[in-house]
Amino acid sequence: MLKIDNLSCQKGYNLLFSHLSFEVNFGDILRITGTNGSGKTSLLKILAGLDMQEQGNVSLGGHVVKSKAYQEEIFYLGHLSALSGELSAFENLEFLTGLNKSTNQVQLIKALSNIGLKGYEDECCTKLSAGQKRRVILAGLFVSNAKIWLLDEPFTALDPNGVTIIENRINKHCKQGGLCLFTTHQNSTLPNQKVLAL
Amino acid sequence: MNIYLKALKRDLRIAIRNSSSILNPLLFFIISVSLFPLAISPEATTLAQIAAGIIWVASMLSVLLSLNALFYHDFENGVLEQMVISHHSLPLLILSKITAHWILTGIPIILLSPLLGLLLFLDGDGIWMLMITLLLATPSLSLIGAIGASLIVGIKNSGMLLSLLILPLYIPILIFASSAVSQAQFGLEITGQLYFLATILMVSLMTTPFVSSIALKISLE
Repeated sequence: MLKIDNLSCQKGYNLLFSHLSFEVNFGDILRITGTNGSGKTSLLKILAGLDMQEQGNVSLGGHVVKSKAYQEEIFYLGHLSALSGELSAFENLEFLTGLNKSTNQVQLIKALSNIGLKGYEDECCTKLSAGQKRRVILAGLFVSNAKIWLLDEPFTALDPNGVTIIENRINKHCKQGGLCLFTTHQNSTLPNQKVLAL
Repeated sequence: MNIYLKALKRDLRIAIRNSSSILNPLLFFIISVSLFPLAISPEATTLAQIAAGIIWVASMLSVLLSLNALFYHDFENGVLEQMVISHHSLPLLILSKITAHWILTGIPIILLSPLLGLLLFLDGDGIWMLMITLLLATPSLSLIGAIGASLIVGIKNSGMLLSLLILPLYIPILIFASSAVSQAQFGLEITGQLYFLATILMVSLMTTPFVSSIALKISLE
């Protein structure tokens, strides 16, 4: 269970949220909503171990955020593409997934095919559209062993077909005992999603 | 160790496909050194006396020129975020980036230095010593430079700030390296200078990846 206890976050002079406490069980899908600047991205970054909270604790089964055991269970997708334009879709995905676990080439090619990038494996990322670039990093979801998925606006730039692929993948992950926290301003048809309004 | 080689391969691949990032500092190095005979004097005795200093200052400045890009692109596109939350050791990933930087700037400078030494009428002993000091000290330039690059990665237009942060730390290397070459030209003892350069290399190799990783984490917050 992911436990967030009395969490507060301040950016500059703005207090984004304070005394935030909630729990997310394995199998849960939590959608984080809120207006621009309400702290959705900051919350996900704190949970990913990228930002420091003003106060409060984040833990997963007794392991606190930034501990090795906690970080091993995290898959984080931020606003940025995390792609190098000089590398191909395959090379980018190989490096990014390699940062967390070694994945063989067949699995990576299959992941790119699952996300709808079959035939684009060797295409330089500068030549891909915004949606295709997003799909490259989202292909990591098909090879990830992490239990906690933190997805910041995963559907941005995706077409309806892409959104369905990702929603199905999230749904499957949570049915297999994972958990997913995501933010989106789009309508999501994910079943059994809980909502956290910031 | 595997991730170190993977990250190194990735950085080298990116640099080869974006060759201007490698060529610009090297062109600066060649052009700046080759302008000195025109500006000072084409006389062999004058140039041979100041050759070591000229080549060392030019190589230091060209390394400095290339340092801005060390972490900048990975910071801009979000790869650095993924490195920070990776299961692998961040200092090891940073060390691979520093190694790639040295391979792309330090090694070409070492290989070009005999040619530029000849241009400045440096004798055989001087050229050998120049290459040895560059081999010992250019890795230190990349390592120490990485601390500055990681501190300023989130700041826009920070080229001047990087110079102010890093140049004072480069000064001891410049003094000992150029004095080693000058003394070798006169057949004097240079062991002390070489030991000093080797010590700086060992200390920076052991400390800078850890200091840079802390600085990068602060820059990302």
